[in-house]
Amino acid sequence: MKPVRFDYKRPATIDEACGLLAGDDNARILAGGQSLIPMLSMRLSRPSLLIDIAHIPELTTFVETETHIEIGAMVRQAVAQKSELVKTHIPLLAKALGHVGHPPTRARGTVGGSVAHADPSAEIALVAATLGAEITYRVDGTDEIFDASDFFIGPMLTIAPPTGCLTRLSFAKAPAVCGTGFHEVAPRKSDYALASAAAQINFAAGSGVTSIHLGIGSVGDFPERLDVNQLCGTPLDDAAIADAVHAAMQMVETVEDLHATAAYRKRVATELAIRALRDARDEISKDLNQ
Amino acid sequence: MNDVTLTINGKPVSGVTEPRVTLLDFLRDVAGLKGTHAGCEHGVCGACTVLIDGTAVRSCLMLAVQAEGEDITTIEGIGGSGARAGELGVIQDAFCETHGLQCGYCTPGMILAAEALLSVNTDPTEHEVREAISGNICRCTGYVQIVDAILLAAKRLGQRNDAVPSDATLA
Repeated sequence: MKPVRFDYKRPATIDEACGLLAGDDNARILAGGQSLIPMLSMRLSRPSLLIDIAHIPELTTFVETETHIEIGAMVRQAVAQKSELVKTHIPLLAKALGHVGHPPTRARGTVGGSVAHADPSAEIALVAATLGAEITYRVDGTDEIFDASDFFIGPMLTIAPPTGCLTRLSFAKAPAVCGTGFHEVAPRKSDYALASAAAQINFAAGSGVTSIHLGIGSVGDFPERLDVNQLCGTPLDDAAIADAVHAAMQMVETVEDLHATAAYRKRVATELAIRALRDARDEISKDLNQ
Repeated sequence: MNDVTLTINGKPVSGVTEPRVTLLDFLRDVAGLKGTHAGCEHGVCGACTVLIDGTAVRSCLMLAVQAEGEDITTIEGIGGSGARAGELGVIQDAFCETHGLQCGYCTPGMILAAEALLSVNTDPTEHEVREAISGNICRCTGYVQIVDAILLAAKRLGQRNDAVPSDATLA
């Protein structure tokens, strides 16, 4: 065994989990464990208490409202990937989930755990930031809601309250006609991406393109949303898309590491963002021509 | 120390363990089942793959205490049972036949990943096979014969459903 010694508790309710978290400065929440357990094994994380939230029933449910789909924090990635609600109403997330790890890690990894962990190359976090999902934390018995677009502030760093427990993610339902695109480049399938891009174009009969969501991940310290809404009302031709993405990418700071230079990451992210937007546009054209 | 009770290859197993012990170490050191291999021990290589309720997972990325009450299958539970105990299962046999292994260290994980795929998809494409084993690293074969083995096993299992009811006739 490689991790340091710790205690293990399995609360039955969210409030019990929050109580345990508040009672120990060095406690950590264990969801699917696909990121936390390697960190324990490498002793990058040395908690005194692990709080296993896998047995809290309300964290494993989907809730459909008129306008939103709420996903419980403990919903496994493989379950979300197969969910008809996700496929129908959050098509961008459905597309991205196929890029998250590989089948055995998706079987255990959770949607909420990935967001709380905030790896800069995490696909689910990128989709949440791109679409401006609502992230709900339970803190001292009350719910606090964060906009995913401003939630991530650094590598493995968020503005989440230290004694809060992520309970659910809420995504606005995509309109009946919309297009999505998701691309990433990784050294191997299922490895951490060197650059990734997510796009969703919303369309309404009569008014045309109503909003364009574009985000890039893996290239900076956190997933970032890019503003290309000036493309609304244009014919969305290849040249206009490329110009808008190049302009939006100018202010983006990319990081350098062993695997890729900052310049490479920027170049690839730009190209992937262009492809994601083109895919989204083409899906809408296909829908409208049917 | 925590009590852990789970089902391994159809048999109930109980043990007392520290919370920091992974399911991998529990299987090898407490249950004495050494067929589940320790490779990278941080979720990259897939050598420690086991099945929980038929789904492939990493036993190094799970604590034994998290597996409380779960139904686990290891490589020791994959071969023939009853009168055929000790004989190879269809997937194992296909690996031998196509030369789907050299050193054999990744093989238990590969076979369990294949088992998880073939239990839900009886006629996978080559792409689906590659996707199913995308989390398992082999440093010997170059994967080609492993993919061949899984496709051969799929074919044989398919034939078994249609025309050959007993696995005795398969050999």
